[in-house]
Amino acid sequence: MSTKALKEIKCELVVVGGGPAGMAAAVAAYEEGLRDILILERDDNLGGILRQCIHNGFGLHRFGEELTGPEYAYRYEKMVREYGIPFMTDTMVTSISEDRVVTAQNSKEGIFKIHAGAVVLAMGCRERPKGALNIAGHRPAGIYTAGTAQKFVNMKGYMPGKEVVILGSGDIGLIMARRMTLEGAKVKAVCELMPYSGGLARNIEQCLNDFGIPLMLSHTVVEIHGNDRLTGVTIGKVDEMRRPIPESFEYIPCDTLLLSCGLIPENELTKDAGISLDRITNGAVVDGERETEIPGVFACGNVLHVHDLVDYVSEEASIAGKAAVRFIRGEGAKNVNIPILADGQIRYTVPQKITEITPTRVYFRVADVYRDRKVTVTCGDEVLYQKKKQKLAPGEMETVELSADMIANAEKIGKALEFKLV
Amino acid sequence: MKRELTCIVCPRGCQLACELDDKGAIISVEGNICPRGKTYAVNECTNPQRVVTSTVRCKDGEVVSCKTSTTIPKGMMFDVMKAINTTLAENNVKIGDVIIKNVLGTGADVVATSNR
Repeated sequence: MSTKALKEIKCELVVVGGGPAGMAAAVAAYEEGLRDILILERDDNLGGILRQCIHNGFGLHRFGEELTGPEYAYRYEKMVREYGIPFMTDTMVTSISEDRVVTAQNSKEGIFKIHAGAVVLAMGCRERPKGALNIAGHRPAGIYTAGTAQKFVNMKGYMPGKEVVILGSGDIGLIMARRMTLEGAKVKAVCELMPYSGGLARNIEQCLNDFGIPLMLSHTVVEIHGNDRLTGVTIGKVDEMRRPIPESFEYIPCDTLLLSCGLIPENELTKDAGISLDRITNGAVVDGERETEIPGVFACGNVLHVHDLVDYVSEEASIAGKAAVRFIRGEGAKNVNIPILADGQIRYTVPQKITEITPTRVYFRVADVYRDRKVTVTCGDEVLYQKKKQKLAPGEMETVELSADMIANAEKIGKALEFKLV
Repeated sequence: MKRELTCIVCPRGCQLACELDDKGAIISVEGNICPRGKTYAVNECTNPQRVVTSTVRCKDGEVVSCKTSTTIPKGMMFDVMKAINTTLAENNVKIGDVIIKNVLGTGADVVATSNR
């Protein structure tokens, strides 16, 4: 062990993660006039998961044109480079303390500490691994999360297999069904446990229907076959309680099983810092500024809650970046404390509370597929907002714009804002 | 004749109900919230188009991501894939560089979407 003292530096704003959220937060902070910024990224370049998302469909909201993932990331990387915002790649943050001391390490600097004026958490999310899913059978080669397969195919140029079954119909799974098919694999089925897909309708159309790949709703993989290499899977239909129905079991020979079973915000650092997490989002509890329980620590992007569109990640990160600058300058004005409650049909909201009387966009997700409902916001007996929706689905994030007047009104009433479907 | 489509122009994914005549030409489109939905429905029923995104091998064996610069006929996706997979890009290819000009006469170029 080295006897050399740890290197300690000071920085006004430390951004943990150089993906779309981290870059957008840093860019927003720079554009507010802040210069002393440092982005810490554990991969060998900026861009995060977008680097391997080579399909198009990104950026319609943010840039008004359809970009591929690497192109979207490059727009922000260019801004970071042109502004001269400092960043360190191949650098891993190992802890963040309550007084905003960030400990990080890389092979050049060793372990070092940064005393930060403010911190933006932008670590993104990771895939739910198969271990959490408890499928019977051996553990042969040929089972990957969809994102791992995506990295193999798109970044390394290796095909993980030839005959594929995909479990889970999240967007990454759908995108990989098309990608593997275009590269010559036979995708035999996409099984989805739920009676609806968690992916975007456009992806079911252009990734499955275009290639005649069956989407088997209310189906799951019940057994894995093969010792050294996967030889097949048994799939089955599930009943309303999501229990497999033995009469429906069907064997499908395949050499590859891809798992697209959801994403989990990567919040180990957040938890270690003592920040409490929302039970539903698995991300920090934040206010409209995306500030966590610890003053000066903000969170944005998929580490806060899993987004469908990177455009919304950029938007949220920009809110966090600007708020961090206000905090550093002592301009943060928290004058109210209004909790936001979700009725269960609305699964969660972000933010979970409002601390400032200012127009606030609230993102939310619903628990099931609902038709012809009214998204309603009440405070006490008063209805502050109501909007008809033909269809709401868990896979699609929704928003409500709360005006400053509504928030001031809620403050006067002195009760929580309740988000519900009626 | 009626045909149901899911619009793929943007993430909203509007459900389109199309009314077609005997020759397959569009008479009416419902369910689209923007004009691009109607254009999509007309194309999808007469000459369906897609953008192909993939990776192309560079001379040193690494891969770089690429796309067709515009849409190509949907029926030519696998032909375009074959063209991409039999091409070697330069090792120093940069985002926006043309890798295959006018691929298979479609009018679309295959361009790099990331930097090496």
